[in-house]
Amino acid sequence: MSKVRVLVGTRKGAFILSSDGKRENWDVSGPFFAGWEIYHMKGSPVNPERVYVSQTSSWFGQLFQASDDGGKTWYQPGVKPEDAGAPQWPPVKSNRFAYDSSDETGKPLTTHQWYDGTQKPWEFKRVWHVEPSLTDPSTVYAGVEDAAIFKSTDGGANWKEMPGLRGHGTGPNWQPGAGGMCLHTIILDPSNPDRMFIAISAAGAFRTDDGGKTWKPINKGLVSQFIPDPNAEVGHCVHHVAMNPERPNTLFMQKHWDVMRSDDAGDNWKEISGNLPTDFGFVIDVNSNEPETVYVVPIKSDSEHFPLDGKLRVYRSKSGGNEWEELAKGLPEKDCYVNVLRDAMAVDKLDTCGVYFGTTGGQVYVSPNGGDNWKAIVHDLPAVLSVEVQTIP
Amino acid sequence: MTDSVHNVRVQIPYHLRNLARVEGEFALSVEGPVTIRSVLDALEQRYPMLCGTIREHDTLKRRAFLRFFACEEDLSHQSPDEELPEAVASGKEPFLIIGAIAGGCD
Repeated sequence: MSKVRVLVGTRKGAFILSSDGKRENWDVSGPFFAGWEIYHMKGSPVNPERVYVSQTSSWFGQLFQASDDGGKTWYQPGVKPEDAGAPQWPPVKSNRFAYDSSDETGKPLTTHQWYDGTQKPWEFKRVWHVEPSLTDPSTVYAGVEDAAIFKSTDGGANWKEMPGLRGHGTGPNWQPGAGGMCLHTIILDPSNPDRMFIAISAAGAFRTDDGGKTWKPINKGLVSQFIPDPNAEVGHCVHHVAMNPERPNTLFMQKHWDVMRSDDAGDNWKEISGNLPTDFGFVIDVNSNEPETVYVVPIKSDSEHFPLDGKLRVYRSKSGGNEWEELAKGLPEKDCYVNVLRDAMAVDKLDTCGVYFGTTGGQVYVSPNGGDNWKAIVHDLPAVLSVEVQTIP
Repeated sequence: MTDSVHNVRVQIPYHLRNLARVEGEFALSVEGPVTIRSVLDALEQRYPMLCGTIREHDTLKRRAFLRFFACEEDLSHQSPDEELPEAVASGKEPFLIIGAIAGGCD
């Protein structure tokens, strides 16, 4: 029987939740990297035992970790587990994310817009999202703050920026959202190895069709009332984007406000918020078996980051948007004032799609039947920053 | 003192001890003048996994929430090439790398 492994990044460490295909009984392991912020962890689709982790701290900066045994043991890429602690010089700097400002491959380091409207140089803060390659377990991408995308082809030991994104030319108009100017979403197109999608708060969504050499903004149809030109090419606060791999030209987006859909790989977007009680939120995901079934967690507003009326709810559309149904069975009915952050929802690939999300209150919920019923796997973890699921044959 | 090898006692924060897989205080061999730079160079050479955690890659700028102390003095803003007190070079007093007390929001 297949198994699922839920990778949970929190404010104070990483946790792994494991179950069989029934998804009723769970084993919890962790905390790994206790005391560190784990923004994201994700397994390789090619080799599920290879798991990558972004480990970060306000005190000690960025670290990058990997596992080759599904999270039982960990190492910093470039330092073999048996060699850890041994002298090694020059060192492998798996935590070095240097912006590419070389004339040959990059663009001179430019500036982005700061909160007060002035220009500020790019400065690396942390890795928000790791995205392993669909075909090579040693190739992995990292989305970072200040917004840029990096690539490693040696399992995370060495990183190089893909400078075409920052060199696009609209950088001076990118600006940080409340959480920083982060590149938080990376989606690889399974049907086209040269195509990738990324999203930045607050710049918008971008696409490359040439393996990352050049990028174009794909924000036509997004309307953001809080920026000077609501229809601007860039500047939109995209919170998350999701794709069902079976239908790679269809993208679903949770923007700051508005839930959006594109059927032409991001060239054009239309709003599908429909009857949602509020269209503010962070997460969005698509059922792995039903490409028109979409999930969001409505949050009251950009000023009040918690569910409406203290009732935690997932909303599901089985029609690709506009018509949404409230999913409540097993979720808190009152006094719930948590948030669900942008990378904290995921779906498994079992025959009956399982849906998972984590909250800033430390709960991780599972629905083993596509959203009909929910149950908390854990109640009291640190604030959950990210949730990913591995479906293991 | 500048041309010899010194055994410098060093203390680092809990999370960095875990990363380097060391316990408590340890000694480092530092060649030449004992400065913040030479101590950190020796520390990173012996524990490469600490590269980038105390000072940033490339710029070698001290991370904002870390401080350097010795002999009950805050040396964080001292030039990295200025010699540390003789008591540190002689091993009488340790060189302390301390995480700033910043309780945070949770």
